Amino acid sequence: MKPRFVETFVPPAATFLLTTAAAEFGIRAAGVSPLLLPTPSAVARAALQHAPTLLPALAMTAQAVAIGLALSIALGLLVAIALSTSRWVERAFYPYAIFFQIVPIVAIAPLLVIWFGYGMRAVVAAAFIVSVFPVIANSLAGLLSVDPALRDLFRLYGASGFARLWKLSLPWALPNVLTGLRIAAGLAVIGAIVGEFVGGGGLGVVVLEAMRQQRTDLVFAAVLHAAALGLALFAAVNATSHFALRRWHTQETEP
Amino acid sequence: MSAPEPTAAPTGVAVRVRGACRVFRSAGEADVVAVDGVDLSIAAGEFVAILGPSGCGKSTLLRMIAGLEPLDAGDLGFGAGGGAPKNALAYVFQDAHLLPWRDVLANVALPLELQGRASGERRDAALRAIAAVGLADAAQRHPAQLSGGMRMRVSLARALVTEPRLLLLDEPFAALDEITRQDLDDQLRALWAATGMTVLFVTHSIAEAAFLAERAVVLTRRPARVVLEHALDLPAQRDAALRGDARFAREMSVLYEALRRGNGKAA
Repeated sequence: MKPRFVETFVPPAATFLLTTAAAEFGIRAAGVSPLLLPTPSAVARAALQHAPTLLPALAMTAQAVAIGLALSIALGLLVAIALSTSRWVERAFYPYAIFFQIVPIVAIAPLLVIWFGYGMRAVVAAAFIVSVFPVIANSLAGLLSVDPALRDLFRLYGASGFARLWKLSLPWALPNVLTGLRIAAGLAVIGAIVGEFVGGGGLGVVVLEAMRQQRTDLVFAAVLHAAALGLALFAAVNATSHFALRRWHTQETEP
Repeated sequence: MSAPEPTAAPTGVAVRVRGACRVFRSAGEADVVAVDGVDLSIAAGEFVAILGPSGCGKSTLLRMIAGLEPLDAGDLGFGAGGGAPKNALAYVFQDAHLLPWRDVLANVALPLELQGRASGERRDAALRAIAAVGLADAAQRHPAQLSGGMRMRVSLARALVTEPRLLLLDEPFAALDEITRQDLDDQLRALWAATGMTVLFVTHSIAEAAFLAERAVVLTRRPARVVLEHALDLPAQRDAALRGDARFAREMSVLYEALRRGNGKAA
C-alpha cells in the first residue's frame, strides 16, 4: 500500500511545488505588476485574508453545484431510460436533447434570471443545463449497449420489463453513467459560476467584485477555490466508480 | 466400468421441427435464407448434436427452437402436447455471458430470480448447480476472477439451475482450449446421463459431435438443410480412450463425409 501511495501522490506534489516556486521567483525577477499577475504567495495571503468571504461563497457555489448535479443525474437518467425504450422515441427526442449541449450558457443565463429571479434557483438552473447532456448521452449509450445474449436470457426466463431495467440495463450502463457524471461534474461548476455572474451569490460574485476593485490576487484565490471544488467532485466520482466497479475488472487468476 | 445409462425416467421433453424456415430481410440488402425447410424429430431424453459449417444457420435453428427467433414457415412442437413447455427450457450461449457485477452464486441463481422463486430455494438450487459443475469453491467469486473455462462452467450451472427438460447449447465450448473443452464435454455427458434431460448441442466440431451425442444431424452450408441423420454406434460410457478407438474414427469419417457433401456447391 505504501509504495502505491508514494507513486500516486509524490510526482504531482513535486510538480506543484516546482511550478509554484518557479512562478514565485519568475514573477518577482521579471517585476510583473501584481495587477496583471500576482505571485503565488500574494494569492495565498489574499486567500487567508479573505477566507471569511471566500469560504461561505465556496459553500454557496458548492450547494448550487450539488443540487444542479443531482438534478442532472436524476432527470438525465430518466430521459435516457425513456429514450432507450424505443428507437422511435429516441429518434423523436434525442435531437432536442442536444440543445442542452449546444446552448451557450453565458447567453441564456440572463433568461434564467428572468425566469427564476436573482439567487440560488437561477444558479442551480445554469449548473443543471450545462451538466445534463453528458449524463443523458453517456447513459443512453450504456443502456443501448446491453449484451444481446443477456437480453435473450432475460426473455427466455420471462423477466418483466422492470426486472430487465433494474437487473440488466441499469447495472450494465453503470460505467457509462459514471463517465457521464465525471464530465458533468466539471461542467456543473462552470455553469454555476456563470450563473452567479448574472444571478448573484457565491464565488462568481467574489470574482466580479475583486475584478472591479482590481484585486487580481483575490480573483486568483476565488478561481482556485472554484477549481478545488471541481477537483473534489471529480475525485468523488472517481472514488464512486472505483468502489462500484471494483469487482468488474479484477485480473484473471488463471488464463 | 458399468455404464450409467440414462434410464432414469426420461424427464426430457421431445422436440419436433417440421419444415422450419427463417429468412433475414434487411433494407437495401438481398434476403438471407438462414434455415430452409429443416425437419427434426428428437426423442425425449435424447442427446443430439447438430453439426454444420460455421455460419450455416445452425444457431438460427437452435434459437428458433428456443423461441428466440420466429419461424417464417413450418412449425415447432414439444412433447406430446405440442406447446412450448413453460420454464422447461435452458440455453447456453457461445460465450459465458455472465453479469460482471454479480458473483457466481448470484449469476447462477438469476434464472430462478427472474421466474420469481423464493430466495432460500434459489440459493439451495444455485449451490447444487454450482457443485454439479465442480465450482463449489468459487461460489463467491466474480466473473472477472475466473478463467474462461470456469466462466463457461458457471454459464452451464446457470442453465441447469432450473432443472430444464430441454437443454440447448450453441457451440458453448468453441472458444476454450482443447483440454478444458474435453473436460467440459465429459461433464456435460455425465450431467445428461444423471438428469435424463433432452440435449441439443450445436457444434462445428466433428470430434465433439461424435464424442458427445447419441445421434448427429449434419446440416448443409447456408441455407441450412439436413444432409444426414446418423445414430452414433458408440458405447454409452465414453472417456478419453474412446477418442483413439477405431469405432470413433469410423463414426468421425461418416460425419466428415456428410459435412463435405453438405459443403459442396449447389446443395
